[in-house]
Amino acid sequence: MHNRLRYAFFAFFLLFATILTVSGQSSAQAPAQNLPISVAPQNATPQTLPPAYADSPQPRTGLNIVVLDPAHGGTDTGARGTGGIRESEIVLQFAQQVRQALEAQGFQVIQTRMANENPSFDDRSAMANAQVGAVFVSLHVSSTGLPGTARVYVNSDLPGSSGGREAGGLIPWDRAQGPFLALSHKLGDFVQGNLAARFKGSPGSAQAAAIRQLRTTAAPAIAVEVSSVSVNDRLDLDRMAPAVADAIARGVTDFRPSYVVAGVPGGLR
Amino acid sequence: MNTRWVGMVLGGLFGAVIIAGLYFPILKQRVKQTAKIQPQSEEQARRELTQSLTPTPTEARVKAKLFWTSNAHDGSLAPVNIDLPLSNEPALRAKQVLNTLLAGPADPELRTLPPDAVLLAFYLLPDGTGIADFSEAMASSIPSGIESEQRAVDSLTRTLAANVPQVVRLKILIHGQEVETLAGHLDLTGAFVVSPRAAQATIAPQPDALTSPAI
Repeated sequence: MHNRLRYAFFAFFLLFATILTVSGQSSAQAPAQNLPISVAPQNATPQTLPPAYADSPQPRTGLNIVVLDPAHGGTDTGARGTGGIRESEIVLQFAQQVRQALEAQGFQVIQTRMANENPSFDDRSAMANAQVGAVFVSLHVSSTGLPGTARVYVNSDLPGSSGGREAGGLIPWDRAQGPFLALSHKLGDFVQGNLAARFKGSPGSAQAAAIRQLRTTAAPAIAVEVSSVSVNDRLDLDRMAPAVADAIARGVTDFRPSYVVAGVPGGLR
Repeated sequence: MNTRWVGMVLGGLFGAVIIAGLYFPILKQRVKQTAKIQPQSEEQARRELTQSLTPTPTEARVKAKLFWTSNAHDGSLAPVNIDLPLSNEPALRAKQVLNTLLAGPADPELRTLPPDAVLLAFYLLPDGTGIADFSEAMASSIPSGIESEQRAVDSLTRTLAANVPQVVRLKILIHGQEVETLAGHLDLTGAFVVSPRAAQATIAPQPDALTSPAI
């Protein structure tokens, strides 16, 4: 009788362990299906890195993907205006318009967040680092600055920015932006030029700042900051959105021929 | 025999409960006293550390150059010359100029740092790395944004570069801790370059130095 009971318990245990293993595997695969990716119809080529790609004698432009990062989210509201305007909400609205403008130019857009959630800096960077031929655009609204202006920032110099990789060709994760700084500057200047043409008082070229989000991003990466949450009427910011979106889309399009991927992803030319 | 053992165990347990009941109020009082003493001790320790940086009578009045927001309202910084009694000792001198920077300019609109932020300590390491430890208000009261946060750091690094040449890099701590960002944007995990030339010469000991672009 006791033996039968033991066998029954053992059988139940095996069944339970099997169910747990199977459900664990399926839930681990689930987020990949929910990844906020859109594919532009004119650019349906899948992004893969075949072995021959690295040795290809023909340089090729690799820019097809834009990772769009509405900053902050969740409990992190970012900048807050006296009128209750929250940076985290505004950038999400801006992202929708920027996304449409980029898709109209034939880019595939991946957003780091689609709702009021707050992925970590590293999680956001990882979305760009997992792609080949991507650029990273982080969207911000400042607390300060002349209202109605927009600035583009690239990361300030990092050790390894002179193309330095560690032994074995690896780029240190915490300084992943280093080898891409020259390209980031170029992308930043294109976008800033387009913004300056639309928003009087904006600088003519991209500026450097030690931005945490950009440091771990292994792709040409910029942060676009619009001024500001201190406006009295939220509509003032809403009205800026279409022109900001257009300027970013045109800037990235202008940058497209400059992004030559050869040897390793993000190789400088 | 069994009944006797049960009686002994119950008796022992009853005794333990009585002793615990008597000791508990004493223990509670001790915990309360320790909780009261703890923050005072930390503050006292901090004061003791900074006491060695009290001004010395040998300080000479010099024209210090401090960087606040310029009148042009374009987000740039402008130097302001102020007569200050400054020590020759680099760490104390750095503390003096940073405290003046925190106090702010005549026009509060041109401040670069939060008015309620306090410099808790400043240390200077032998390799020229200055460590500035600010109160929590430095992170919580500063206007959030890339522009405002970078301007705050630029005002610190440029003021140090102009007045304390011994400081090569600046590491910013918030209440004694390394934090990831100042207010959600600016990276505080590395040290900011104060003197680019000196930093180049001693690049080996500090691989995580970040360039402060305004210099």
